[in-house]
Amino acid sequence: MFIEITDIQKQYLDKDNNPLNVLTDINLKVEKGEFVSILGPSGCGKSTLLSIVAGLTKATSGEIVVNNQKITKPGKDRGMVFQQAALFPWLNVMENVTFPLKKEMSKKQAEDQAKKYLQMVQLSNYLHHYPHELSGGMQQRVAIARALAMNPDTLLMDEPFGALDEQTRSRLHGQLETIWTETKKTILFVTHSISESIKLSDRIIVMGTKPGTILQDIQVDLPRPREQYKKEMLEIEEHIMGYLKKEIDKVVSEELANASNT
Amino acid sequence: MHPTLKRIIFFTSIIAFWEIGSRLELWLPIILPSPTMVLDALVTGFEDKTLIYDLVASFKRLGVGLALSLLIGSALGVLLAKSKTADETIGTVILALQAVPSIVWLPLAIMWFGMNETSVIFVVVLGGTFVMTLNMRSGIKNVHPLYIKAAQTMGSRGWDLFVRVIFPASIPHVVTGARLAWAFCWRALMAGELLSTGPGLGYTLRFASDFGNMALVIGVMIIIGIIGYIVDQLIFQRVEKTVLKRWGLES
Ligand SMILES: Nc1ncnc2c1ncn2[C@@H]1O[C@H](COP(=O)(O)OP(=O)(O)OP(=O)(O)O)[C@@H](O)[C@H]1O
Ligand SMILES: [Mg+2]
Repeated sequence: MFIEITDIQKQYLDKDNNPLNVLTDINLKVEKGEFVSILGPSGCGKSTLLSIVAGLTKATSGEIVVNNQKITKPGKDRGMVFQQAALFPWLNVMENVTFPLKKEMSKKQAEDQAKKYLQMVQLSNYLHHYPHELSGGMQQRVAIARALAMNPDTLLMDEPFGALDEQTRSRLHGQLETIWTETKKTILFVTHSISESIKLSDRIIVMGTKPGTILQDIQVDLPRPREQYKKEMLEIEEHIMGYLKKEIDKVVSEELANASNT
Repeated sequence: MHPTLKRIIFFTSIIAFWEIGSRLELWLPIILPSPTMVLDALVTGFEDKTLIYDLVASFKRLGVGLALSLLIGSALGVLLAKSKTADETIGTVILALQAVPSIVWLPLAIMWFGMNETSVIFVVVLGGTFVMTLNMRSGIKNVHPLYIKAAQTMGSRGWDLFVRVIFPASIPHVVTGARLAWAFCWRALMAGELLSTGPGLGYTLRFASDFGNMALVIGVMIIIGIIGYIVDQLIFQRVEKTVLKRWGLES
């Protein structure tokens, strides 16, 4: 297995220093080249899980092995697209995308590489703009180009298309699919959108909340491109909706209980 | 009305009132010489080049003093931000020292270095160092964690992370620190020169005062004010504005 997540637990201390279980008993195995989506209600620990795989957050217990190496720190083998764009405001678009490439290739090569991916996200005309001059969705596309240009074996994407309009999103779906089939990257893809996860992934992990656990591991066996399987996709969507609804109801009723207590 | 127009009218009326008052001898020239006398004193000063020598001498001290205070201040700031122990020990001392106007060091400096250039520069350096330290420190401490995380996933760490992410991310604080350091150094320089030796604007100010040349006193004060204004408004404010905008801290 390419990624092995074993018995991951994560606790944070809340403001009264009581441990708060964010993730419990997370076990997940991902094959090389697999496209895995993670779905779950807000606050169930999706970003936390991705951050642990990236090596940015330490798990309370458990271990993660990627490509036969135990994860203890971040590395260029795992590229990350954060929920917020995380561009460096003092660098222009081109400099942001070439940031991770500086060490391993010449300036010219790095810029060509960057241009290729910026063209893919339709931002060729913005090479010399600074992040504050771009819209939120454009910033997010630069961040996607930056992660792709680094060419990591594993891509960790935290709601990368959340801030984009429907058309741009669907175009980027196509491009991500192409990159994925061409380069056989392993992708962990966090999303809120059930249809997005069905359209893109081999497998969908449905997470529940309080504490965050894996509820379902759903294989999506439709051939690609999947646009012509509208009916099958809808069936899967309803199936997943059933699980998620219970979880979301749980969050809502807890909120209501808390509200009436205070 | 345009602000520039308002300012022109404002200053013209003040100067007109001042000139007319002097001509009508509402006050004695030794108390307040007229604008024409001040202008005369300035023209004479620039023609015989004494004011030019003063300006050059003052700027030389300021340049050396400010540069040293920015260097030392930044280094101390990085140290305080990176080392908890340093922050808890040296940090406290610096907070206390920052509350002391640097000119009070002059008597000690004169004992250590003599009544000379070094003493004045010493006071100037002390004037700017601690604000720079405190701003550099908070700049580094307030770098958005997301920038650091993003850089780490791109393989940056250690020195590379500091030079390419942490330092640039703290530039807005560095600029503010430099601006305050300049203002403190400029004030310390004038005080230092007033109390020690020349040439220099502060020294000429005292010299003119000792000889009752009030026109020159006011002329030099105007020069000091104008230089302060130009450097602050035209240089630092602009740089600060550009940086804040670029760094996305201002819309
Ligand atoms: N640094 C932290 N300290 C304390 N609690 C935290 C911290 N980071 C996250 N949490 C908590 O952990 C839980 C999971 O957060 P996380 O960001 O992983 O959720 P998520 O599934 O990504 O949600 P969303 O879909 O809204 O992005 C939340 O309840 C959050 O309050
Ligand atoms: Mg999240």
